[in-house]
Amino acid sequence: MIRRRKGGSEPEKNRNLNRSPVSESGENKEKKEANFEKANAKEDSENFNLKSKRKSREKSWNCLDNCCWFVGCICSIWWLLLFSFNAMPASFPQYVTEAITGPLPDPPGVKLAKEGLKAKHPVVFVPGIVTGGLELWEGHHCAEGLFRKRLWGGTFGDIYKRPLCWVEHMSLDNETGLDPPGIRIRPVSGLVAADYFAPGYFVWAVLIANLARIGYEEKNMYMAAYDWRISFQNTEVRDQTLSTIKSNIELMVATSGGKKVVVIPHSMGVLYFLHFMKWVEVPAPMGGGGGADWCAKHIKAVVNIGGPFLGVPKAVSGLLSAEAKDIAVARAMAPGFLDKDVFGLQTLQHVMRMTRTWDSTMSMIPKGGDTIWGDLDWSPEEGYECSPKKLKNNNNETGDQNGIGNLGNASQVHFGRIISFGKGVADLHSSKIERVDFRGAIKGNNLANISCHDVWNEYHDMGVGGIKAVADFKVYTAGSVLDLLQFVAPKMMNRGGAHFSYGIADDLDDKKYGHYKYWSNPLETKLPSAPDMEILSMYGVGIPTERAYVYKFSTTSECYIPFQIDTSAEAGYEGSCLKGGVFSVDGDETVPILSAGFMCAKGWRGKTRFNPSGIRTYIREYNHAPPANLLEGRGTQSGAHVDIMGNFALIEDIIRVAAGATGEDLGGDRAYSDIFKWSDRINIKL
Amino acid sequence: MASIPRFRKLCIVEPAKCSSSLGSESFEKPKGDEKQSLESPISAQKVKRDKRQLPKKEWRCIDTCCWIIGYMCTTWWLLLFLFNCLPANLPGLTRLPDPPGARLKREGLTALHPVVLVPGIVTGGLELWEGKPCSEGLFRKRIWGGSFTEIFKRPLCWLEHLSLDNETGLDPPGIRVRAVPGLVAADYFAPGYFVWAILIENLAKIGYDGKNMYMAAYDWRLSFQNTEMRDQALSRLKSKIELMHLTNGQKKVVVVPHSMGVIYFLHFLKWVEATPPMGGGGGPDWCNKHIKAIMNIGPALLGVPKAVGNLFSAESKDVAFIRAMAPGLLDSKTLGLQTLEHAMRVFRTWDSVISLLPKGGETIWGNLDSSPEEGHECDSLKKRQLQASLSNNKGNNSDTKRVFQVKELTKYGRIISFGMAASELPSSQFSTLASKGISSSTGNKSCGNVWTEYDEMSQESISRVAEKKAFTAETLIDLLRLVAPKMMQRAEAHFSHGIAENLDDPKYDHFKYWSNPLETKLPNAPDMEIYCLYGTGIPTERSYVYKLSPSVRCNNIPFQIDSTADGSSNGCLKGGVYFADGDESVPVLSAGYMCAKGWRGRTRFNPFAIATYIREFEHKPPTSLLEGRGIESGAHVDIMGNVAMIEDVLRVAAGASGEELGGDKIYSDIMRMSERIDIKL
Repeated sequence: MIRRRKGGSEPEKNRNLNRSPVSESGENKEKKEANFEKANAKEDSENFNLKSKRKSREKSWNCLDNCCWFVGCICSIWWLLLFSFNAMPASFPQYVTEAITGPLPDPPGVKLAKEGLKAKHPVVFVPGIVTGGLELWEGHHCAEGLFRKRLWGGTFGDIYKRPLCWVEHMSLDNETGLDPPGIRIRPVSGLVAADYFAPGYFVWAVLIANLARIGYEEKNMYMAAYDWRISFQNTEVRDQTLSTIKSNIELMVATSGGKKVVVIPHSMGVLYFLHFMKWVEVPAPMGGGGGADWCAKHIKAVVNIGGPFLGVPKAVSGLLSAEAKDIAVARAMAPGFLDKDVFGLQTLQHVMRMTRTWDSTMSMIPKGGDTIWGDLDWSPEEGYECSPKKLKNNNNETGDQNGIGNLGNASQVHFGRIISFGKGVADLHSSKIERVDFRGAIKGNNLANISCHDVWNEYHDMGVGGIKAVADFKVYTAGSVLDLLQFVAPKMMNRGGAHFSYGIADDLDDKKYGHYKYWSNPLETKLPSAPDMEILSMYGVGIPTERAYVYKFSTTSECYIPFQIDTSAEAGYEGSCLKGGVFSVDGDETVPILSAGFMCAKGWRGKTRFNPSGIRTYIREYNHAPPANLLEGRGTQSGAHVDIMGNFALIEDIIRVAAGATGEDLGGDRAYSDIFKWSDRINIKL
Repeated sequence: MASIPRFRKLCIVEPAKCSSSLGSESFEKPKGDEKQSLESPISAQKVKRDKRQLPKKEWRCIDTCCWIIGYMCTTWWLLLFLFNCLPANLPGLTRLPDPPGARLKREGLTALHPVVLVPGIVTGGLELWEGKPCSEGLFRKRIWGGSFTEIFKRPLCWLEHLSLDNETGLDPPGIRVRAVPGLVAADYFAPGYFVWAILIENLAKIGYDGKNMYMAAYDWRLSFQNTEMRDQALSRLKSKIELMHLTNGQKKVVVVPHSMGVIYFLHFLKWVEATPPMGGGGGPDWCNKHIKAIMNIGPALLGVPKAVGNLFSAESKDVAFIRAMAPGLLDSKTLGLQTLEHAMRVFRTWDSVISLLPKGGETIWGNLDSSPEEGHECDSLKKRQLQASLSNNKGNNSDTKRVFQVKELTKYGRIISFGMAASELPSSQFSTLASKGISSSTGNKSCGNVWTEYDEMSQESISRVAEKKAFTAETLIDLLRLVAPKMMQRAEAHFSHGIAENLDDPKYDHFKYWSNPLETKLPNAPDMEIYCLYGTGIPTERSYVYKLSPSVRCNNIPFQIDSTADGSSNGCLKGGVYFADGDESVPVLSAGYMCAKGWRGRTRFNPFAIATYIREFEHKPPTSLLEGRGIESGAHVDIMGNVAMIEDVLRVAAGASGEELGGDKIYSDIMRMSERIDIKL
């Protein structure tokens, strides 16, 4: 029967071949059906019934069905793949990887477990800014259903669903720097707070997994999660976070048989822990009342990863115009996109308003002023060659030649000028720059009358006069940047000034340094008296890192942030440090090595006034190497600020320290960069 | 969402079938077309069109399948999209009553005392820290709690990792499974199945957050002292309570333990007083200084009969019910699963289960002929009718009054009886019963890979067990010693189930007595308050009718609940299980006795006269689907969503005392039952 039916429909098929199936109108269809019926007229009635059934289906076979069919196909295939993927043994990907690339090196945890290392000292992680999760405990109406859901970290799904609501909840009060009324956002606690920032994007997870291999678990690993948006002292005032950390460290020391803890802060966590070490010594109520020997009794080593001890220039641009290299690049690629009002988004303005309420960002403004970061004509990084990649990949001889050859060029880079208005100004010799002091400038109120939607930022209060005055000053060094920020964002800086300080102490015994605002600045505090403690500074090198910026006025209307990075500023020769309006130096993509390494290389080395008890310091640098292939993900030899947490060499060092090794056992200093040379150039009383 | 995966499976199988049957046919056609197209001058165009038409021509089974799948997916997505587009508060059209937290906030309650939550058995999540190769990829993933997907993917591996060492009761070598810490440990047991989540949410409404709320998660498989030995869980709890006390302005904490957490916290109270190394060294006034109140929810203070069923034959009501519905399913070896045997082997390595065995022996749970619950009326239908006629004088007709009938008394004291007859006869007639014949076909067969201690028991001793006919709470312990000697030996170093004669005996300083309220004194904390909050009005397993398994095969558990035993005595017997009043897991006797009598006033168990309060919550099933598991439920876990209970907890956390709550609130016969128990106080 089937055969016959097929034979019957053959001529019809041929006829149809000449017809376009897409343009088949209703009329054609009818004709076709007529033909169809004629061809099959002789068939018996039973067969006819079958036919008509088929016919009716063919009639309904329209676009919608096509879509459904297509979707169904895709779904089925997807499910099939998903099913086979799930049915696959878990070790399969590794097997494939090994088949392609040869056997992978053992993860450091496995390797060291084989060597016989065992969990010894309890470990405390101190996450940095941004990487810790925040969850909602109380919110406005628009945040219904988000109770105890992550607003920060995780999938960030709610940014898309309710962006304004999200920004509102993430912002803090502009006056107090604490919760706005009716909103409580609290840090997620436990290891989950910062093991993964977003699904699949590890922060601490790799380190935790490797520590677990040698026997660590929840009871001897502790994530000191804190609300990274508020100032360090406020975490204690609002959440008693510092007390919690103190109590947990004491508990871990007690329950692990008196073994001191190894503290591993990352990024801003470094400053936070510096603050903690001072806080814990100071008597209550301002401090934790642990006494002068608390650190000596409880801490074996502080292993700082990518620590911005002296701040990061990125923080300045972030505060000034809510942009960094990435945003400047985006702006260069699609000019106007971010500034457009198309979606009613005013993205950058919203972001700026939000980030300016976060006190913690001010902890990362460059510290030490011109002494550390260089003045108009001088900077410690002077003569840095900006294409280190080539330099390192070539053999040493050519590298040296390159270095010498370009020295003349490179010496013109004035890294000390953290912000310059216009590329020309950035290159000029200081004597040729005409500067008009902005500090006395009157802030006009010309802008106040323009309604600027609902986004308010302090630039509206500045007026054209103020903005002009800022630009007329032309060049800002690390010292004058503070005045600039004070000028453009007085409220924020007033808040921040109560919690942070950016200077260098003349006399550390001065009574005023007992105040908590100095505690997170290594240049204005003494390290605790803990001669047995060790401080290690581990950071990546070999990645261009933002160091100074070329700015210009924004071209668009007054409602926007009046300054933006001048992405058109390019040096024009290869190996230049200036790219897209940003001068780069060596570092880990976020923190320049000067900031990460100086304290351990010089400021605290030996017995100095910042380190009166002579705590030993070590520098461990990790040369950046991009992932060899896609399967490695973010690389096992990365030196980037966050990706370094997956660097096998760094993990191995940490595990050894946790298992009892000292800095000497690791091999002492390991420096690839010029950190010691640069540190020498910095003239500071020690 | 659950429907999608199921549907997916169907889809994967069907298209495959269709395409294989159609394969030959569809391959033939293009050949013919090709020939024709070669002949014709406009071949190129034709082929193109031909291809386009192909899917239309083969509009067959596979296409229909695809079409259906596509159709359903599209519809599903559309609905999902619409659902997501809905403003979050649209379901509020069918508004539920305000959550108690919001209401009390309007009343002006704010967070005052820090709150410590102590989860019970089973509800806390466990995650893997180190495992065998078969568990690769599960590092720090939950293997207990969450979605339980691993059970289906690798059941044997899963069981292996959840088991503890049979000798030590600690980790087997090479495996480290640890409790999930933090509030996430037990807020939801599985996605959508709340445990503590609602209470946490309501506490947050009046101002609680991470700094004054703490979940004392512990590994609930271990014996209580071992949680300290291995994980220092008790030390952590102590340090955390001290920290919260310090950082919240010297406010004492309110402890809210649930289910087994109640006896865990009892253990903690004694531990914290005792001197190191066995204890925490807090000194005798630690509790008075740090604890304002203990609000026991569904407390299993005197154990639960369910634990017996679990340990004895790895089954309880639910399993017996399944067996009655589909006999042979669980016992058949067809799937090579031996589910129950595996489950039993795992259960028996968990020391904590033994902490739930009935405590106090015959004094509390009744002997062969009498029990404190005697005369409990079970038939809910009858009860309601009688209630209608009797409760005219009562304002609230939901306040059920138990009805007593003198005729047939259920002998609850016989926690395990063999055969229905044995469960009903007066004890004097036991000897007249002829023992049933038992097939003695088993020898030393090789017994698969599931090892249970039953293998080591000879057939003779199994039948001798059955001949003994009935076991009370006291003889039961002996029975378990017989059938599972290793387990009991291990566990009896950690738990005790008796009643102390003389509490000043120095032997009671040992930690194995700390979790038994009948063998410890409450701490010297006259300002502290103890609450017993539990649900009533749900039939709760109280004793079992057993039989020998019909299939006497090696490996098989030789006893099983006789699910055919039904009916008769007041409807208390259903499917081989006698029911009493309770919250579905814990009988009121166990939950309420200590608060009602054992600790009431100044007794030898409560020498410092800590005030006790009983707050009972009458079970009401959810009135509408929107309520989910009910806002007035009295069930063991669902009570955590009971608004009245939450209100009580919130008020106490905000500073109220037991008197301010209204003192005792009792619906059951607990006072009467307690009175019948003859115990020296």
